[in-house]
Amino acid sequence: MDFLRPGSWEEALAAKAEHPTAVPIAGGTDVMVEINFDHRRPEYLLDLNRIGDLYEWEIGDRDVRLGASVPYTRIMAELRDPLPGLALASHTVGSPQIRNRGSVGGNLGAASPAGDAHPALLAAGADVEAESVRGTRLIPVEEFYTGVKRNALAPDELIRAVRIRKADGPQQFSKVGTRNAMVIAVCAFGLALHPQTRTVRTGIGSAAPTPVRARAAEDFLAAALEEGGFWESGADLAPSLARQFAELAAGACNPIDDVRGSARYRRHAVGVMARRTLGWTWDAYRGRERNTRCA
Amino acid sequence: MSPAPARSGFLPGTTEPHGSRPPAAAREQDRDAPCRRTAPRANDALTIESQAVAPQALASRAGASHAGRGAGTVRTPTALTQGSRTRGGIGESTQRPDGTLKVTGDFAYASDLWHEDMLWGFTLRSPHTHARILSVDLSEAYATPGVYAVLTHDDLPAETRYGLEIKDTPVLADGVVRYHGEPVALVAADHPETARRAAAKIKVAYEQLPTVTDEESATAPGAPLLHPGRDDHHAGHVPHPNIVHRQPVRRGDVVAARARAEVVVTGDYEVGMQDQAFLGPESGLAVPAEDGGVDLYIATQWLHADLRQIAPVLGLPEDKVRMTLSGVGGAFGGREDLSMQAHACLLALRTGRPVKMVYNRFESFFGHVHRHPAKLHYEHGATRDGTLLYVSCRIVLDGGAYASSSPAVVGNAASLAVGPYVVDNVDSEALALYTNNPPCGAMRGFGAVQACFAYEAQMDKLAAALEMDPVELRQRNAMAQGAVMPTGQIVDSPAPVAELLRRVKALPLPPEREWESAGGPPDVRALPGGLSNTTHGEGVVRGVGYAVGIKNVGFSEGFDDYSTARVRLETVGGQPVATVHTAMAEVGQGGVTVHAQIARTELGVAQVTIRPADTRVGSAGSTSASRQTYVTGGAVRHACEAVREKVLELGRARFAAYHPAWNHAELLLEGGKVVTDAGEVLADLADVLEGEAVDVELEWRHRPTEAFDPRTGQGNGHVQYSFAAHRAVVEVDTELGLVKVVELACAQDVGKALNPLSVVGQIQGGTTQGLGLAVMEEIVVAADGRVRNPSFTDYLIPTILDTPAIPVDMLELADDHAPYGLRGVGEAPTLSSTPAVVAAIRAATGLPLKRVPVRPEHLTGT
Repeated sequence: MDFLRPGSWEEALAAKAEHPTAVPIAGGTDVMVEINFDHRRPEYLLDLNRIGDLYEWEIGDRDVRLGASVPYTRIMAELRDPLPGLALASHTVGSPQIRNRGSVGGNLGAASPAGDAHPALLAAGADVEAESVRGTRLIPVEEFYTGVKRNALAPDELIRAVRIRKADGPQQFSKVGTRNAMVIAVCAFGLALHPQTRTVRTGIGSAAPTPVRARAAEDFLAAALEEGGFWESGADLAPSLARQFAELAAGACNPIDDVRGSARYRRHAVGVMARRTLGWTWDAYRGRERNTRCA
Repeated sequence: MSPAPARSGFLPGTTEPHGSRPPAAAREQDRDAPCRRTAPRANDALTIESQAVAPQALASRAGASHAGRGAGTVRTPTALTQGSRTRGGIGESTQRPDGTLKVTGDFAYASDLWHEDMLWGFTLRSPHTHARILSVDLSEAYATPGVYAVLTHDDLPAETRYGLEIKDTPVLADGVVRYHGEPVALVAADHPETARRAAAKIKVAYEQLPTVTDEESATAPGAPLLHPGRDDHHAGHVPHPNIVHRQPVRRGDVVAARARAEVVVTGDYEVGMQDQAFLGPESGLAVPAEDGGVDLYIATQWLHADLRQIAPVLGLPEDKVRMTLSGVGGAFGGREDLSMQAHACLLALRTGRPVKMVYNRFESFFGHVHRHPAKLHYEHGATRDGTLLYVSCRIVLDGGAYASSSPAVVGNAASLAVGPYVVDNVDSEALALYTNNPPCGAMRGFGAVQACFAYEAQMDKLAAALEMDPVELRQRNAMAQGAVMPTGQIVDSPAPVAELLRRVKALPLPPEREWESAGGPPDVRALPGGLSNTTHGEGVVRGVGYAVGIKNVGFSEGFDDYSTARVRLETVGGQPVATVHTAMAEVGQGGVTVHAQIARTELGVAQVTIRPADTRVGSAGSTSASRQTYVTGGAVRHACEAVREKVLELGRARFAAYHPAWNHAELLLEGGKVVTDAGEVLADLADVLEGEAVDVELEWRHRPTEAFDPRTGQGNGHVQYSFAAHRAVVEVDTELGLVKVVELACAQDVGKALNPLSVVGQIQGGTTQGLGLAVMEEIVVAADGRVRNPSFTDYLIPTILDTPAIPVDMLELADDHAPYGLRGVGEAPTLSSTPAVVAAIRAATGLPLKRVPVRPEHLTGT
């Protein structure tokens, strides 16, 4: 196994072009586990730790351009306002040590259906900035996951950053695990209200071969909010509305039975989380509306 | 690396002169010459000095209550326990020498052992649960550069089987594999990765065989036999050769009692396969010696039991297999059986090179036995006023492919099946199966855990049927001193079962809805799911549950359960120093601390050196069965007493002429001096010893026990009983099926807390392990017997965020038969914790919950 240590992003892209089988490694919280247990024996490891750009972020008008290696700890501490859903999801990643090393770029590279960042990215709306010596392209995050632990990257591409929409409304993230910390998701749910576009976006983790959006649930809720004038009125949502949203979210799941949970439970739990997160985000939205009016 | 800096570093609060410590430590280091490059092991020649913890510190650790609370509950059995004037004696919370090292990551475990020129051993394991080995091709493995040896069953030099109770376990598979993960071949190479890759090149052709995985398949007509032609001592009385051992316990007349019963409740219960999940994986280093023998540095629970099994496998007399305990990272029963001990020695003797073996976490799940999963059927009958008339039960334990300690686990489950209650009519039986599932054996609670989950569920069910308070029902039937066990044994020391329940019930309940803050967002850390943010209070229901359990202490059923201790008293640099040498495995229980405390109390010296545990001294028995403080502690005490008598004889010979008290007063050793019981100082120990050393090695035994009658289970089978009660308070997210245990209060009678801080630690640890079984810990075995979750990713144990407040109420009611009146403490809290948590979840949900661990699916009907 050769260890490639590019000193710059350009060198990294050149190395990846020359050795398309090279496995990029930053925090190592996934890759090292696989290597240590001999589940994976790549020809080349491409160490991205010397590339400082990857640890930085820029807050633009529309997006946060989050460097691929920014650790979860910093997202929690410093990006809570523009990325509330991702900050909540970051809290649930592994242990403090893992959160100090692990990054969204790694979550995307591994593309595990259980990756904690995915539902938050799907709900917020994001594009993965994939780059190679051939150039840069932006991949909408919902098109990025192509199968169990497979993603849309070409063999010579690396993830430079992910451009995540700044929150324009309340966001929530929930994750079910069978202990209260350091647990891989049995299933997870992310929800973002987007009052500016009067849309709703969702993300489901660990309940299908890839992270997915519950599009039928999103469309239903957006239509219901629009038709009922809820965005303006901030009125209570009828329980039946929340229930139907939950059912549609559960219906978006395509889960399996495994050692962490049954398919039936996953579908059920996604529905419960959808209903609850809708309640929390709507309460927050209404609260803000009220505060705005008072002011 | 010199051990000295580490040693001086871990005794920051020394309160006694340092004079003799460096020479003592240096002397001990020389003994480790073969492993000199090894980082220091914290249990090497510890010079332990007194470091008393302030009482208020203990009180806060222990929660609202602490030792000896309540006048009249504390009895001290002998004068010596009334507080020695030598600091750091028994009854004080002296600090553990290994504690800080472990917390800071400086403690050297067996996996840190190192020797120049050492090779690395690796084990090839079976991918099948039951298969015939048709052929083994080693050629490619041998051809791998860096490989020094490849061994299979055909290469074994002597005995090919071993076992704790029954010699049914092949050192390496002998033509058949019987469980997923069974060792088939060994490789030694100059790098662990080389060894692993070479093992992967061994070509084994298997023919898969039909498997048996439960009682039905194991005892079906024509079922494949795991061990055909059994000739062990249980073979004659078992109803089927796939049953390792069966023990009925019959007392009174259940048929007649059933006719009188006004209320009857029945239930079927199931306990999943729990793993010890010790953090330090199996590891050791075998060093071949010039005399043809071998030195083995090893993390184990019982050096001499290993020795007894290893030596015949190596074809060596026991004196050529010299074992030294290395740093042990937890045990909980999982190190009672051999793992890599014989394998490393075989490779070392074959190659003539030191061989180290370390399992990784994945392999560790295959490298040790687990807690027996169990299916239990119970029937309780009572009168309308809640008096138990009879209990009938059947406990089926899955022992897996090899016997391990299944027979003793059966004995415990059968004899403790009814719990700490007075029941005159009992018809129970317990049995362990041979199946193609992973082998099961010792784990903290040892047969009593499974029974306790079921009988406590039954007590709640009975209380509900009687519309009676579940604690009141338990108290009404609680045993007390003088009670008769279903085995006919009289409980002849305190059994404060009702009082323990009263105490946990009397504690104030933790405040409700603690997650709420006025106007602000909820504190999700106080809710089920924690920071996973699954609820802000929706669906959350509180439940409270109680349980109490009974566990035997020490080895039972007629086993000769002795310990050996060697104690030496001498002067070094003008100061008296005691040295304690035993083969006790310090696995984290705090035995080394307690031995030093005993020596200080008995010999009145400040400085005590604890020698490394090894086989140069006689057996100390197993560090299990809650027995080490009782039995090896008892041996140390008696050896100290014998040393004291010899010292006093020396003193009389030298000084009796100068003071009549030498011959006429009760004499004690205190503060480095010989004093009268009135406190008058007669001489300095240094002057009495005059450069001589007094040295005593002796064996000490507790009261003998008897075998259980194979048909009726009658017999004085146990040495001592221990009792603990729990009250669990849980918050259950009833929609998502997630549980947060908010508080798990425990009351336990410990007889006498030799080290109260350690005792509280044991109770909190056992309680937490029981919580794990209640809500998360299970090795998931597929229908074909394969293990599905051999990792800490999917075998979940409680983190600190899952661990509730554990207030501990410690009673000290002396058992006059035991040293200092103490009662073994390590296991009892593991028993009642699990059923208390499940009772609380039942209270919150109204669900019957017949299986542990409780999963979200059970709570949500999904």
